[in-house]
Amino acid sequence: MYRYDEFDRTFVSARVAEFRDQVERRLSGDLTEDQFRPLRLMNGVYLQLHAYMLRVAIPYGTLSSIQMRKLAHIARVYDRGYGHFTTRQNIQYNWPALKDMPAVLAELAEVEMHALQTSGNCIRNVTADHFAGVAADEIADPRPASEILRQWSSIHPEFSYLPRKFKIAVTGAPHDRAAIQVHDIGLQLVKNDKGELGFVVYVGGGQGRTPMVAKKIRDFLPEQDLLAYSTAILRVYNLEGRRDNKYKARIKILVHEMGTEELRQAVEAEFDQLKDSELKLPESDIRAIEAYFAMPNLLERAEGHGKLAADRKAHAGFSAWVNQNTVAHRHPDYRAVTVSLKPIGGIPGDASAEQMDLIADIAERYSADELRISHEQNIILPHVALADLKTIYDLLLPANLSTANSNLISDIIACPGLDYCALANARSITVAQKISERFADLGRQRDIGELKLKISGCINACGHHHVGHIGILGVEKRGEELYQITLGGSADENTSIGEIIGRGFGPDEITDAIETVVETYLKHRLSADEKFLDAYRRLGPAPFKDVLYAQSVAESMTNASL
Amino acid sequence: MKVLTANTLSDGIAVWYSGSDWLRSINNAEIAADADAESRLTTIGALAYANNEVVDVNLIDIVVKDGKPHPTRLRERIRAEGPTIDYAGKSAAWGI
Repeated sequence: MYRYDEFDRTFVSARVAEFRDQVERRLSGDLTEDQFRPLRLMNGVYLQLHAYMLRVAIPYGTLSSIQMRKLAHIARVYDRGYGHFTTRQNIQYNWPALKDMPAVLAELAEVEMHALQTSGNCIRNVTADHFAGVAADEIADPRPASEILRQWSSIHPEFSYLPRKFKIAVTGAPHDRAAIQVHDIGLQLVKNDKGELGFVVYVGGGQGRTPMVAKKIRDFLPEQDLLAYSTAILRVYNLEGRRDNKYKARIKILVHEMGTEELRQAVEAEFDQLKDSELKLPESDIRAIEAYFAMPNLLERAEGHGKLAADRKAHAGFSAWVNQNTVAHRHPDYRAVTVSLKPIGGIPGDASAEQMDLIADIAERYSADELRISHEQNIILPHVALADLKTIYDLLLPANLSTANSNLISDIIACPGLDYCALANARSITVAQKISERFADLGRQRDIGELKLKISGCINACGHHHVGHIGILGVEKRGEELYQITLGGSADENTSIGEIIGRGFGPDEITDAIETVVETYLKHRLSADEKFLDAYRRLGPAPFKDVLYAQSVAESMTNASL
Repeated sequence: MKVLTANTLSDGIAVWYSGSDWLRSINNAEIAADADAESRLTTIGALAYANNEVVDVNLIDIVVKDGKPHPTRLRERIRAEGPTIDYAGKSAAWGI
């Protein structure tokens, strides 16, 4: 894992001291709210419906057990005993007091964490594949590039006042688990014919009110050109991006209005000026950062193969969990484990301080002291020996952390929605809970197969509904919550934006409607091997619409005749 | 009818103006039934904001139910009653 150097430590400490002074001046009245708001936002402090909210960055979703324990400690001491892991691999606290914020940031700095650039029109926390450095299908670990981008983008003077926020995601594998094509810049690590590392570069993806799939503007960018090319993109965006209308200010609109080819040419022209400048990354620097992310020294644990087989035979629940919530590791004696933060009927992404402490203890003892937060709001134990899987399962089970639902319909992404968020129009969590309860039977979920259901409580799409196989968007209509369904979205290497299927459903109707969609899929799929998304892409919306709306027409006719 | 609401500056907790104080419950909020009363509450809110006591000051629509103010918008009902979900620390926080 990356460790702060003296520069990082000094810089983060200085920012804590600066914000302490700003908070003191605000509380004493020396700063007005208008003066203070942008300052607090630069430090991750929002004001939500019930209280302030602090968003803490977890760079590329990687953290140690000490850091996780600190997150638990903050939840316990400064909040109400829990935190919410987000779709950008961050954690949000929903109840911290402004007066405590400097103390919280100082505690975070002790474990090399901060809340910088988790808000505002700057380059936000860089996200990456949560199986980075582990996945069997990986070309290279995306975290060194992510860390280089983090260092470059932190209080970058030229890019601190962009037209709008700017999000970068990196994947090191051909199978995209980092949703790179719905980011402002998406980077995919590849090797060229000579075996050299570089990036496929995508630009202009995003969700929100104008969802767009990113456009590929480079097939191969040599890794030493990462910062020069990123600077070129940001420079074109900073100069040409719209500032007259915040809804048209993201780079996706610039790409759309300028055209991909023209934008690419502008970026390449800028890059030509920059590529031999000081932005060219020295080989030694890249390798030095890479060394921080070296695979931990994992002992040979070949005894695990036999033990796992025996444990699976003896415990059906454990066996199902291994099937669903663990994936292949580069080391054959190990697997990566997804700790589900989606218990049936639970709040997606929430973890109590006790759960965080437990997971930290498990990581320290059984996962080389490493953890990941996934953008799907789960926690990953990246390096677990097969021999230890049963022990871990037994530890997670009583803490309600062993739900075997990774990638199934109850593994729902949901934003905080109207239960917390000042921007939301409708609740998300309650919808997630009801759907999760409706499909509580894990056997039924497994029969349905991979199904990514994502819920947002407003058009800003923090719940990624546009790229859900099934997406749900909450809106407010005549003072009531209403939920629109989109189908066919995806955030992997074949990214697509879901199509709105028809008129929305009320809070009491949406669970039935989702069940209707699922049953329609089951009825039409060619076999159990045809996943929901594949079936939808083959069938199109018609069969789903027919059933969803024929039913409601029939119901209204029945009601009218009563 | 309207009541005056805001969030306290120092801890951000939602509060409602009772006629003399900012309370964490909407139940005893002063109800403005006409334009003059609304105007008076607006002035009180602006003053409290200027004095750095509260932020995000708003007059919100309510109806009276069982003698208590009841916000007409769901957003404001959730602000008044707290998240509608059983989050980890809810019981302790809301005295349930």
